[in-house]
Amino acid sequence: MTFFAVKNLTKSFGGLLAVNNVSFQVNEGEIFGLIGPNGSGKTTTFNCINQFFPLTSGDIIFQDQSIKGMKTHQICQLGIGRTFQVVKPLGRLSVLDNVTASAFCRVNSIKEARDVAEEVLEFTNLYGEKDKLAKSLPIGGRKRLEIARALATRPKLLLLDETAAGLTPTEVDEAIELIKKIRDSGVSILIIEHIMKLIMTISDRIHAINFGQTIAEGTPAEVANNPAVIEAYLGEEYVKGQGH
Amino acid sequence: MKKGNLTVGIFALLLLLFPLVVRSSYYQHLLIIIFIWVIIGSSWNLLAGYAGQVSFGHAIFFGVGAYTAGILVTKLGVSAWWGMLLGGFIAMAVALFVGWVCFRLRGPYFALATLAGGEIFRLIAINWESLTEGMVGILIIPTFKSKLPYYYLSFGLAAACILAIHLIMRSKWGYYFVSIREDQDAAESMGINTNRYKNIALLVSAFFTGLAGAFYMNYMGFIDPDVVFSLHYISIMAILVGIVGGVATIMGPAVGAVVMVGLQETFRSSFFGLAPQWVSEGHAIVFGLLVIFVIMFMANGIVGDWNKISRLFWRRKAVRT
Repeated sequence: MTFFAVKNLTKSFGGLLAVNNVSFQVNEGEIFGLIGPNGSGKTTTFNCINQFFPLTSGDIIFQDQSIKGMKTHQICQLGIGRTFQVVKPLGRLSVLDNVTASAFCRVNSIKEARDVAEEVLEFTNLYGEKDKLAKSLPIGGRKRLEIARALATRPKLLLLDETAAGLTPTEVDEAIELIKKIRDSGVSILIIEHIMKLIMTISDRIHAINFGQTIAEGTPAEVANNPAVIEAYLGEEYVKGQGH
Repeated sequence: MKKGNLTVGIFALLLLLFPLVVRSSYYQHLLIIIFIWVIIGSSWNLLAGYAGQVSFGHAIFFGVGAYTAGILVTKLGVSAWWGMLLGGFIAMAVALFVGWVCFRLRGPYFALATLAGGEIFRLIAINWESLTEGMVGILIIPTFKSKLPYYYLSFGLAAACILAIHLIMRSKWGYYFVSIREDQDAAESMGINTNRYKNIALLVSAFFTGLAGAFYMNYMGFIDPDVVFSLHYISIMAILVGIVGGVATIMGPAVGAVVMVGLQETFRSSFFGLAPQWVSEGHAIVFGLLVIFVIMFMANGIVGDWNKISRLFWRRKAVRT
């Protein structure tokens, strides 16, 4: 069974090829990292997966079913949750209400939704802030809220878009713990991240792209030592210099 | 919360007793008009205040409701009271179409589309003379001479409307509406079919507004396109009632209706005959100033910013912790 696969994904905006023929597969229960320099097409890939944009060509398979052409909310109902790189808190609602609204994806009564929300807030360490307005949270809290809101929809696969960007080193460590905890609870994770410490320690496998094209895939160690990846991150000069 | 329930209960009781004590049909009439505005304002608030889809065209649904009742009499010879049953549903049918067209747009573009929609319906009502009698309007004989039946009916409708919205806002629908208002993209990714729920908000809103329109026809006995499809007196007034009272609050539109109808009447009657006639022309300026004042100093309206207001007047009391 294919749990989740991106097949020959291509997305162009007019003449600009943002993602060019990218394929990868995520196995159930794994943390799969997606890396690449700025502007390499990572977030575009996410936006194609949850159908904010229609694909130019290619296909996306979730649990043996093509999800191409579905609506964003249907993707969520199927079991793919996502967080946003630029956080989108429902500002004038309390933290609890943010997550409760999300929990209605699986339950219908307000009581059940509240229960799910409180449980998720407990899990993501936000319970103490539940009565605060979402817009009053600092960035670390907002990132957690993004995750909490996605978890409340009971996803099987969670797309995390730069969850650790802008966090302090301590918060990054907490984020690592949280992501592992989510994986251990049975949710597969596809994560975009720039912070190498995070992506290298938690990913089971990593897929690297540059200019919208695949340059490497493998275990963190393999990808970290791949010349194409080093070149993409550190430049051609650096790779040549190493040879001497 | 309990204190709030008690206040609402006492108010409701006073309003029930009011026409038995105050026999003046003028004041009874004023309250009926206020009740109509409570319904329209609350309906507008559900769509614009809670679901965040600001409508500049609520006259569409009010007018359609009113004309439904009127046309039942002129064309089918049926009592206009059937319009009370039908008006809300016809308004919903129209809303389905309006939503299909306008919800392709977001934010200010949606608002502009509804603004245009309102004008289109007014022009249709003016020009489709074989159905609507055009500018001649529709005149029917009201069923009751006494104001009392109208008073209690409009009171009941207003109360039912507020209660319905109160219940909706405590359900899944309510959570979905405010989520869409706060961030439509986030809402979609939370599994919310934003298009469907925006339409639900619009349909409920249109239903009650249409009901208010049908009641208006029954009560006033006369409508024409410039009255019930009016941009100024219906669509804009609905917005004023909402923002002056307080958007996204349950009782805000009720308070807004009292203030706005009160102001409108004060000006229409030139301060109850105390000021010279030309003063009555000044209401547009005063409405404009009021809106500027509300937006600058109490963006959440009278109900939303009640704590702020009460602090100004009862400085001591508000300090208690």
